Amino acid sequence: MTKYVLRIVALLYLLFLLVLPVGLIGWRTFQHGLAPVWTALSSPEAVHAFAVTLSVAVWAVLANTVFGVGTALLLVRHRFPGKRILGALIDVPVAVSPVVVGLALILVYGRFEPVGGWLRRHGLQIIFSLPGMVLATVFVSLPLVVRAIAPVLQELGADQEQAAHTLGAGRWQTFRRITLPGIRWALAYGVVLCLARALGEFGAVAVVSGGLVGQTQTLTLFVKERFDNFDSTAAFTAATALALIAVLSLLLAKLLRPSTERSRSRVVAEASTVKGDNH
Amino acid sequence: MLYLSLIVLIPLAAVVWRGTRRGPDAFWHAVTTPDTWASLKLTVLASLLVALINVVMGTVIAWVLVRDSFPGKSIVDTLIDLPFALPTIVAGLVLLALYGATSPLHLNLAYTRASVVVALLFVTLPFVVRTVQPVLLELDRDMEQAAYSLGASPGVTFRRIILPNLLPAMLSGAGLAFTRSIAEYGSTVLLTGNLPFKTEVAAVNIFGRIESDDVTSAAAASTALLVVAFVVLVLLDLVQRWGVRHD
Repeated sequence: MTKYVLRIVALLYLLFLLVLPVGLIGWRTFQHGLAPVWTALSSPEAVHAFAVTLSVAVWAVLANTVFGVGTALLLVRHRFPGKRILGALIDVPVAVSPVVVGLALILVYGRFEPVGGWLRRHGLQIIFSLPGMVLATVFVSLPLVVRAIAPVLQELGADQEQAAHTLGAGRWQTFRRITLPGIRWALAYGVVLCLARALGEFGAVAVVSGGLVGQTQTLTLFVKERFDNFDSTAAFTAATALALIAVLSLLLAKLLRPSTERSRSRVVAEASTVKGDNH
Repeated sequence: MLYLSLIVLIPLAAVVWRGTRRGPDAFWHAVTTPDTWASLKLTVLASLLVALINVVMGTVIAWVLVRDSFPGKSIVDTLIDLPFALPTIVAGLVLLALYGATSPLHLNLAYTRASVVVALLFVTLPFVVRTVQPVLLELDRDMEQAAYSLGASPGVTFRRIILPNLLPAMLSGAGLAFTRSIAEYGSTVLLTGNLPFKTEVAAVNIFGRIESDDVTSAAAASTALLVVAFVVLVLLDLVQRWGVRHD
């Protein structure tokens, strides 16, 4: 009896909080057929917003992938003073409000001295343009790649890498031939998460972009701007497009994750048999 | 480390410096400006409520996902992560479609305080579920069986055997949901109408101050948010250590 009550409570909660709202938006988008959807998606503003979103996301993901792999290697393979602090700092962006992220970047890279002033004298504009939006996106999606590959690196252990070193492989060669193949699924998982976050970022980008229509407007800003201007068809259509991207990345992430979880449970099993031997 | 400094540490330090450099009096004055103070209070109270609801509902959902079985369970399991993948502005729009003025349920929550809680519940849904679920999966069933065979009722077994094991995970999930809630911007911006003194959350208040070029008080309010988040994160770390010790 309790079992069914709990099941119904859980499912009803999810239905009203999650399934109905998301389903409704899809229905609202397509209720008048495909023609208005196509018109809304192919408007120059929408196409431009999509292009801006994509370029910001690609740069941010590239930056975080390089940084993520480097940092994960540093955190797992090396010992150095301040390692625990670095590990804790990686997670800081998760707890910071996107609006505060935007403000923080404006204060340093905006028109304020000393950095902002120096940048302006050298004709570099970061805030209210693409670089600032990339910075904001990098900030909010910073931990994702690191946290996806660090546990796998930990499990792989350094044995194979050391063997490669002993056999005369260079650092780069070892990384490319030994480390990278070992972490490739975890890396792909982290990149998918990072890409999804980057495509969907709103608050931080809203602060640093200035939201200039046709210039620095991303897809999420486009949704907000269209909605504020009572163009709900365009807003709903873009929102549905973003939701589809989200669902797609979710499925992709789910596909990529089992391989790491299987290896993790294997390691746990091995660890427990080792412990058993000691008893 | 340089990358982290340039992008994260120096900008955040700039916020704290900018918010506090005129001394504690000026900081306090900026934070207690009536509308900012109201928004901070609303944010913290709503986040506490959201964390509380999440502890209960998240545990129930995790329980159903682990102990129950029904057709479509794996779909439900995948759906749980949707709020993480969905852009926050889309989350706001989606909720507005169901609970706004044109609600097919004839339930108009838009521009009320309840809408703040609904928006935050949506974006924080996965936290408690995803922290409790793995613990529940690895929980030893023998203890429960022993309790049953010694004549304990399901209620007593849950309270005395299962709950103590889940508590650290529930608390850390609630803590994560709380820090996410106080930081939330995108999902609340459409649904709540951002009425000062009523439904304006802290992030929206800060955004408004940035737009009206009042950077100093925006930085002060941001510092207050950062401090609250930091305190909760430290508490979370303590809870986790306590959980490990009790393993």
